[in-house]
Amino acid sequence: MDFTLNDEQRMLEETAARLVRERYGFEQRRRHAAEPTGYGAGIWAMMAELGLTAVPFPEGDGGFAGGGVELLVLHQQFGRGLTLEPYLASVVLGGGLLSRLGADAQREAVLPQVIAGETILALAYAEPSGGYDPFWIETKAERAGDGWRLSGAKSVVLHGDGAGRLLVTARTGGGTGDGDGISVFLVDPTQAGVGVRGYATIDGLRAAEITLDGAAGELVGPEGAAADALEATLAAGCVALCAEAVGAMEQACELTLDYLKTRQQFGAPIGRNQVLQHRMVDMRIALEQARSMAILAACSLEADAAERERRISAAKALIGTSGRFVAEQAIQMHGGMGMTEEAAVSHFAKRLVMIDHWLGDSDYHTARFAELPEAA
Amino acid sequence: MDITYTAEEQAFRAEVRDFLRDGLPGDISDKVRGGRRLTRDDHLRWHAALNARGWLAVHWPTEHGGTGWGPVQRHIFDEECAAAGAPQIIPFGVNMVAPVIIKFGTEEQKRHYLPRILDGTDWWCQGYSEPGAGSDLASVKTRAVRDGDHYVVNGQKTWTTLGQHANMIFCLVRTDASVKPQEGISFLLIDMDTPGVTVRPIITLDGEHEVNEVFLDDVRVPVDNLVGEENKGWTCAKYLLTYERTGIAGVGMAKAALRHLKSVARRQERCGRALIDDPIFRRRLAEVEIDLMALEMTNLRVVAAVQGGGVPGAESSILKVRGTEIRQAITDLLRRAVGPYALPFQHEALESGFNEEPVGPDYAAPLAPQYFNRRKLSIYGGSNEIQKNIVAKMILGL
Ligand SMILES: Cc1cc2nc3c(=O)[nH]c(=O)nc-3n(C[C@H](O)[C@H](O)[C@H](O)COP(=O)(O)OP(=O)(O)OC[C@H]3O[C@@H](n4cnc5c(N)ncnc54)[C@H](O)[C@@H]3O)c2cc1C
Repeated sequence: MDFTLNDEQRMLEETAARLVRERYGFEQRRRHAAEPTGYGAGIWAMMAELGLTAVPFPEGDGGFAGGGVELLVLHQQFGRGLTLEPYLASVVLGGGLLSRLGADAQREAVLPQVIAGETILALAYAEPSGGYDPFWIETKAERAGDGWRLSGAKSVVLHGDGAGRLLVTARTGGGTGDGDGISVFLVDPTQAGVGVRGYATIDGLRAAEITLDGAAGELVGPEGAAADALEATLAAGCVALCAEAVGAMEQACELTLDYLKTRQQFGAPIGRNQVLQHRMVDMRIALEQARSMAILAACSLEADAAERERRISAAKALIGTSGRFVAEQAIQMHGGMGMTEEAAVSHFAKRLVMIDHWLGDSDYHTARFAELPEAA
Repeated sequence: MDITYTAEEQAFRAEVRDFLRDGLPGDISDKVRGGRRLTRDDHLRWHAALNARGWLAVHWPTEHGGTGWGPVQRHIFDEECAAAGAPQIIPFGVNMVAPVIIKFGTEEQKRHYLPRILDGTDWWCQGYSEPGAGSDLASVKTRAVRDGDHYVVNGQKTWTTLGQHANMIFCLVRTDASVKPQEGISFLLIDMDTPGVTVRPIITLDGEHEVNEVFLDDVRVPVDNLVGEENKGWTCAKYLLTYERTGIAGVGMAKAALRHLKSVARRQERCGRALIDDPIFRRRLAEVEIDLMALEMTNLRVVAAVQGGGVPGAESSILKVRGTEIRQAITDLLRRAVGPYALPFQHEALESGFNEEPVGPDYAAPLAPQYFNRRKLSIYGGSNEIQKNIVAKMILGL
């Protein structure tokens, strides 16, 4: 058993940490958020230049064949900086699904641009009445001549409004909640027949509602059999989010600890109050538990599906709950300061609470965990 | 023991309901129910409607234009107002400074200020907190130095709720720095139009402008604006806090929020069934409803004791802690109920003129911002930690 990083992973961590340290101070983040895209276009280009955007792709696709641990290492740093760039959307989710499912020609046509940071992908999988269930798909795809036409609606698509290409799940068979009959399509969002309504999210990211009205789509992978690849892709997404939560929890804990030591009331630092000390300890315990589950999830990404999915759900469930706990305590112990837009801690808190709303919340994943069969 | 309301109390409830049906403007209750922003004018219209009925000053004795109601009547009134979607009465004038003026003010102060509070001429805000004086309120540093008929005031107040709408602020100021902290504080009324008063907004994490910083630079305040004696302001401050803490359980508001939660859970569809039929969610709902029932009974026990002539003491701290926790739990469930639709930040959708199609269900937009906003409940009005310290000391003798 070895919980240490190998040399390459350590270098990756150092690269990402430096980027965040030097470019993602709180004021810098504010500036990135104000850019028209909602993130730092220059930083995004730099991430590509540093090779970060290539990390999870197989070598055949021009990547470094990074696995769960590499995702963990990167996204933990992203969480520390609350980065806004579309890494999760474009590289992990969109790129990940295309890489898993796409034919050679499709991967060659799109992935180099994704790795170069020139094309942003977004994965449009969730639907308005499906909550967090990725198989709840009412969007339909029908053959039209050589191609396919898609109709339906997709909800809260991460970075859906800045994406050059969308990966859209649609039903080519099966009933609404079935795993069978799910297909994936590459969709050009600029065509007539695609409606994109973009907006900011509470945690400072961009998302969009997407409507498809007879939009043309290019089938990616086998017809009706995309469920496994979709699940594997979302699992990677969950690892990324869990890691970001750990990074954000680390920062929320550090900021709060610092506040407890410096904020004076009744002639002494407020951290002298035992009730706050214990609360801080509980935050720290929650952080360590979350870190453990993020590691477990990251190390299970390449395991067989049954084992992977149980662990992913367990991690996402625990981190949803512990992230919220840390967020609420951090605000509370900052008193009025924790309520303000101008204090960094409130942004970490918002991200931590909102991570629970991306890719399935703790209730969803707890229920899923209970239902998934134990691996043999 | 009989825990039902008396016939008179029930008749009173019916009377309040009748009034609310006609007296509460529909556009205002729509905004409250939809979680939209209220304007200064909305608040003023609601105050005016209450004042016209003689029901604005629920705590005041009748001789000054108050209702003279007892605690049970006030409780029923609060509950019915919340149920009808009435905005909360802005407490700073009616429920905070007025009782202090009535108890400690001069005849002249009463004659001048009380009618202006009732008719909406003055909008008050509370200048207690300072950057260095939060939980430790007695450490206020804002200085007031006597200069002839005036005090010259210098310092900074913060977290001033709705100070952007106010023309008057009541402040705790230090008039003697050489004595024990509590003994050198005075209670001063300041006209915010006086030169040297600057109000700067503080934006909260939900993107709203609800609180402010107030800077006081060489502000000349007539000595007549001192309430009570110089250096005896702490007595006023504490007296005011007992008023701040009445109705603190917020049972009416929690009940209204719970009803909203149920209606959201009924309308919210998840994979072909209503969220309210989801066993996990149902259980969470049931748990918070049971907690609220217990709080309501606890609150009624305190209300009945006060009605019987008791004084609410540290019990109100119990109500504050539990009441805020329960309201926070309900807003947490409201946010979670809409699933991914908690994510969009639709700031414009909270404005009343907004008539674009909302993103997601029409009730979703305010829910996550409200969840974050309600974190304040356990921080202000004496944080929950401070309330627990009070219970530990006063009730447990620790
Ligand atoms: C939205 C909002 C509106 C407000 N409106 C007003 C207003 O209109 N007028 C006004 O004057 N003030 C207002 N306040 C200020 C409010 O009363 C203070 O925020 C509150 O008293 C806490 O003070 P603080 O923020 O300085 O926190 P601190 O006092 O610095 O407390 C920080 C943390 O330490 C804890 N703590 C402090 N001392 C102890 C102790 N002895 N034991 C255990 N824990 C302790 C606190 O509970 C808190 O968790 C408002 C605040 C908010 C957030």
